[in-house]
Amino acid sequence: MESRRDFLKTAATGALVLGSQIKLAAAFDQHTAAKSKVVVARDALLHGANGTLDEKRVQALLDRAIASYTGHDKPIAAWKSIVPVGKVIGLKVNGLGGKGISTHAALILAVCERLQLAGVKPGEIVIWDRNARDLEACGLTISTDPSRIRVYGSDVSGFEEQQETWGMARVRFSKILTRECAMVINLPILKDHSGAGVTFSMKNMYGVINNPGDLHATNCNPGVADLNCIPTVREKVRFTIGDAMTSVYDGGPGFHPERLWQPNALIVGEDRVAVDHTAWQMIERKRAEVGMTTLEAAGRPPRYIASAADPTRNLGTNDPQRIHLLEV
Amino acid sequence: MKFRSNWKWAIAALAIVAATACTGCKKKVADPFPATDAVTGWQKTSETRTFAAKDLYQYVDGDAEQYISAGVVTTSTSDYKYQGALEATVDVHTMTAPAGAQKILETGVTKDAKTVALGDEGIQYAQSIIFRKGNSLVRIVAYESTPDAPQALLALAHGIEAKL
Repeated sequence: MESRRDFLKTAATGALVLGSQIKLAAAFDQHTAAKSKVVVARDALLHGANGTLDEKRVQALLDRAIASYTGHDKPIAAWKSIVPVGKVIGLKVNGLGGKGISTHAALILAVCERLQLAGVKPGEIVIWDRNARDLEACGLTISTDPSRIRVYGSDVSGFEEQQETWGMARVRFSKILTRECAMVINLPILKDHSGAGVTFSMKNMYGVINNPGDLHATNCNPGVADLNCIPTVREKVRFTIGDAMTSVYDGGPGFHPERLWQPNALIVGEDRVAVDHTAWQMIERKRAEVGMTTLEAAGRPPRYIASAADPTRNLGTNDPQRIHLLEV
Repeated sequence: MKFRSNWKWAIAALAIVAATACTGCKKKVADPFPATDAVTGWQKTSETRTFAAKDLYQYVDGDAEQYISAGVVTTSTSDYKYQGALEATVDVHTMTAPAGAQKILETGVTKDAKTVALGDEGIQYAQSIIFRKGNSLVRIVAYESTPDAPQALLALAHGIEAKL
């Protein structure tokens, strides 16, 4: 059986580059029998004494995570194996929770720096979320200058008129996703979620559609899974660099400083289901540590993760035996 | 012809009376958000945004569900800054009944909560305050933990309480 690493090495010669997103999707499906690699990279000193992030350490942590995932020690080679050159790369961040619990600018800018090192031009990078407020919550400034890294939301681009469907999901996508981006790197932030249980990689896609409120019933299950099955998401959003540097273990998705904690970690992977399963376990461990009930006992287990893994959706695996978890 | 003309005047007069009455109503609706320096040291740094229950997902995503089930009518929010440094956000949820505000407040209590004399019931943490008064539930969250944050938040909370 081919390992995930072998798969990536093979894929790096062709399928993972140059915008062949459909090939990527096909390649993933062919390799679902193999283990899905998820890297959890940690740095206990990521936050300084005053609680602020050390940007140099964030960059170093990102490099370590990507090197471990790709098997390439040099950042240029590592990033070239992930992203196509000459195509527009979207970075879907998450600023919904407000300033205290949004994807950190230090991580976003570190990714931008490495993308450019790999040959992606500034004008080929779009950092985006629902709207200007969310992006500003991440610590970013709106910019639509095509010669620079662009930062703007779906409030500027608008949504497609055409509705796309899969299962219960009937949505219209942001034009940033449909018209701008050849590939999207998903940069969610790890949070407890009062409805879904956990919000991370797959749930972050609620920020790319016009009607997220319609997909929250029954703990967002199967809403999250169905949304991620729509080819526009499935084929374009192929890589997650999850921000677990700061998180809320209860009371999310809003900012609750009394339930904030600093896992000081990045969770990286291509298999969005395996990434979310790993993130969920991280939340559960923290809740147990502080004497809280499991999310199941709290009435909000993230069942959408299992739904995403079921044979009809086949978005990835939630089986720990099939997840190659690499903690670095 | 004269009959028709009289009716037009009557409708116009009714419209003026109705408009005047509505203006009067608007004046009676309390704005709970203190203006800059209405509470010492606090600056209001954003416009107030208001979300109807059906649109609450736009603001708080999945959190909307618990507020809707507790009977939220509207949620208004504004950003503040204390002495040009400490940033905070104020959310004022208007519920259909006090029981809804109480339900949300009780859901949020953890063992670190300190009871504070605010409205009908209030609790405070190092970086946040939640209190309810009548149909209103107010949550103030600071984005940093500073030595003066608890006292500053409490002062702002009292400023809001007085306007509810």
